[in-house]
Amino acid sequence: MERHVDQELKELNKDILKMGALAEEAIYKSIEALKNRDREMAGSVIENDSNIDKLELAIDEKCIDLIALYQPMAKDLRFITTGMKINSELERIADIAVDIAQRTLEIVDKPLLKPLIDIPKLTAIAQNMVKMSIDAFVKGDIALAKKVLLSDSEADQLRNVIQKELIEDYMVKDAATAPRAVQLLLIARFLERICDHATNIAEDVIYMVQAEVVRHHPEKLKNGK
Amino acid sequence: MNDLIEGARTEGEVLIDDTDILDPRTDLVVLRKKVGMVFQRPNPFPLSIYENIVFGEKIHADRLTRDKLDEIVERSLGDVLLWDELKDQLNEPAMRLSLEQKQRLCIARLIAVKPDVLLMDEPCSTLDPQATARVEELMRELKNRYTIIIVTHNMQQAARVSDDTGFMLLGELIEFGKTHEIFTAPQDKRTEDYITGRYG
Repeated sequence: MERHVDQELKELNKDILKMGALAEEAIYKSIEALKNRDREMAGSVIENDSNIDKLELAIDEKCIDLIALYQPMAKDLRFITTGMKINSELERIADIAVDIAQRTLEIVDKPLLKPLIDIPKLTAIAQNMVKMSIDAFVKGDIALAKKVLLSDSEADQLRNVIQKELIEDYMVKDAATAPRAVQLLLIARFLERICDHATNIAEDVIYMVQAEVVRHHPEKLKNGK
Repeated sequence: MNDLIEGARTEGEVLIDDTDILDPRTDLVVLRKKVGMVFQRPNPFPLSIYENIVFGEKIHADRLTRDKLDEIVERSLGDVLLWDELKDQLNEPAMRLSLEQKQRLCIARLIAVKPDVLLMDEPCSTLDPQATARVEELMRELKNRYTIIIVTHNMQQAARVSDDTGFMLLGELIEFGKTHEIFTAPQDKRTEDYITGRYG
């Protein structure tokens, strides 16, 4: 017999999926705005953030109602509490996209410092990690969640390469490039933070599916558990 | 009936279609047609399943044809999801049914006379958890067509099945509001103490 609460849980799943799609769209648009020097698109990312905030609040309220009204246990409880955490991770990701859009607006009218190569690469890693983490949540796919966790070091390394290049090849050599280089430096840092949030989502998914906390316990992953 | 209990008193109004049912002039037969009651222990009449369903209709309506009565029995049992189970044993005594079936039959008996309001007094207190879940599912189904008032001490049940909740303490209505608000942010401290288990 399908329980009444099952319908509510499906709705919650759908809402979180929608939240994920909005966060992904925000990342995409913020970087497109940077690549194409598109002031309007950067503005739209900032403007649309209030819709994402509204959905975050609605999902939070739904989760609290579900806990209060249905007293969920075991996997239902893990699904709802994980859903709440993922909801706030996605909202943070969307906020970071706003940060990227704001940095973009600072340099949109100035000539490009250099052709963008590594930042689009880091963006692709971040987008892929976010997408995989949401898919892992929706499908309850542990293998996919673990794949997200393994991608994080690649993002860290690339962020370091970008930082080193911007500092050593530009800011140190020609202080006049600093105002533009700093914005790109920040954007690289923001993209890496997005990867960290995707990692948090993946860790939450592992807890949701197998009731095991891997957050702050990297050894549990190395042991192949 | 409350009048027979020494010391019992009522205050305030209970309005159904703008009529105060506490008014001594209220026609109780008419009221009982509007408001059907389900009790803690299912109380089918010691008659056949069929006779249980048509009993009320025979009191409230003029003489009906057998076809009309058959139709009422099928519809009422269908509404409580008992028709498929019982359609071949309509002349069997209702007392032989399981507790859950008896409770469903009592609900079907009410629906037969098309009341506006179903008053359920701890309707699942004698049922096991599976039967309780099925009766709650039935209540969700019926609430689209009837106003259901359920009295329950089981807060989880109140939270699960209702849209609006009133909290009564020692005969006084302390708070009334949307169920999700009562259970997440009650306004009265006494409600909060009770639902968080701090009362008493």
